[in-house]
Amino acid sequence: MTTVESAIGTTKTMVLNMGPQHPSTHGVLRVLLELDGENVMKAVPDLGYLHTGIEKSCEDKTYTQAITLTDRMDYLNPLGNNLVYCLAVEKLLGLEVPKRAQYIRVMMVELQRISSHLVWLGTHALDMGAMSVMLYCFREREEILKIFERFAGQRMMTSYIRIGGVALQPPAAWREQVKRFVDMMPARVDEYEALLTENRIWQGRLKGVGYLPPDVLIAESTTGPGLRAAGVAYDNRKVFPYSSYEEFDFNVPTRMESDCYARYLVRVAEIRESIKIVRQALDKITDEGPIKTEAPGIIPPQREKMKTEMEALIYHFKIFTEGFSPPPGEAFVAVESPRGELGCFVASDGSPKPLRVHFRSPSFINLQALPKMVEGQLIADTVACIGTIDIVLGEVDR
Amino acid sequence: MTQLANADANVVVEQLRSWNGRAVAEVVEHRGETTIVVPHELLRATAEQCKENAALNFNLLSDATCVDRFPVEPRFELNYHLVSIPRGARLRLRTNVSSQQPIIDSLCPVWPGANWLEREIFDLFGIQFEGHPDLRRILLPEEFEGYPLRRDFPVEGKR
Repeated sequence: MTTVESAIGTTKTMVLNMGPQHPSTHGVLRVLLELDGENVMKAVPDLGYLHTGIEKSCEDKTYTQAITLTDRMDYLNPLGNNLVYCLAVEKLLGLEVPKRAQYIRVMMVELQRISSHLVWLGTHALDMGAMSVMLYCFREREEILKIFERFAGQRMMTSYIRIGGVALQPPAAWREQVKRFVDMMPARVDEYEALLTENRIWQGRLKGVGYLPPDVLIAESTTGPGLRAAGVAYDNRKVFPYSSYEEFDFNVPTRMESDCYARYLVRVAEIRESIKIVRQALDKITDEGPIKTEAPGIIPPQREKMKTEMEALIYHFKIFTEGFSPPPGEAFVAVESPRGELGCFVASDGSPKPLRVHFRSPSFINLQALPKMVEGQLIADTVACIGTIDIVLGEVDR
Repeated sequence: MTQLANADANVVVEQLRSWNGRAVAEVVEHRGETTIVVPHELLRATAEQCKENAALNFNLLSDATCVDRFPVEPRFELNYHLVSIPRGARLRLRTNVSSQQPIIDSLCPVWPGANWLEREIFDLFGIQFEGHPDLRRILLPEEFEGYPLRRDFPVEGKR
């Protein structure tokens, strides 16, 4: 800790190092705070403690192998990461995905959105001093992870969404399990709201904190619930629909206040909208049907065909030794992750390994607005602001 | 969707050409996405036009990234992904940067959100952005040597 002469007359300011081990920075974010008493004069975020070079590693893997790396960026939204990467590669290849696989994808990423918002709500409430909410949220998240485990064999690093479709047929009795969950969930969201929405301490900690006008947020490239809480209804699922989102009926919740409390309300409303989407997906997904597109040489052939057709066996061998080579060019796809616009840029030079894979990670870019949000406010409000930006450091640093 | 994207791209190209005949060096259409290649020296002015021109109104800078085409020269390709929230349109601006002089105008004066995106490109590709308010490494430590996302930087082992 050092003291420095402040620009403002005789008062002394102090530089405080918040993080990288501070629990409310949700990982390894470090923020240098210049303080005048309890007031934050200047905030400088310092990143990179979790930089793992995922984009570089992707260049050394085949297109299929790189899917497993995407899970590990935003570890609260692995299915969303799989989806954006696969959509980008599919665009590069010009592949069409069967409707059934598209609906399964939608259902899975919406469940993922609920689970991500639950982790956010639980940990944010914990930061604000409301211990019990986390226990409620993790109870329901567990149910979602159980669904993922049955679908993909994995609770978190699912790699379930693959190029051309999804990895496996839905498991037995999946419909009942998902239905049980969506039937139970609305009452559970009411429970969280009963604990928080009208809670005086909760309101006192969040209302009017971290305000930024919508034009500043857009200038800072903020997207997601942070922008929607400022009254801008920008949601990729509506504006640039992908994976058949245009066939689903849902609202984009917005608020006008643009403070931490509005961001909380938007996220809770989004959980309710996601439940609606999952319900519709349940009706749309048929019991039988393809889960992968047919594209010889790109999509692994069915096991049955491999045993009877010579060509299928050759394709299988080539896909898993050499990989496949999309034509030269590039593609950019953006989806709506729980945190905002998640983009994937893939460039191909015609070889089996990508020339460049880049992720437009919403956590990284939303964090940029943090100094503007907290300067002039109290240290305790900094915690609230970092919380409601909802960062995942794995995605910030990649 | 491709039909719409093309129709919108026509408007964009027309508007930019009528503003400055040299602004659009090339238009690339691939998989329904439009890329406008802009001459190196006109990047900031074109970006400003994309944002301020009421018919274009690209108010959100979604992403900025670089592709290294080593050993081809000019080896770096900068891609800026723009979004117009009011019009619901997307556009990619591209410009080329050579390795002899890896310097380009910063877009921070146009979109303040370019700040960290450009720092990331500087950090990983070693491209200098002129007029950037705070050009430091962002993901790697200050004392790191080299630019790891360049194609001639090995994935594993010593350089």
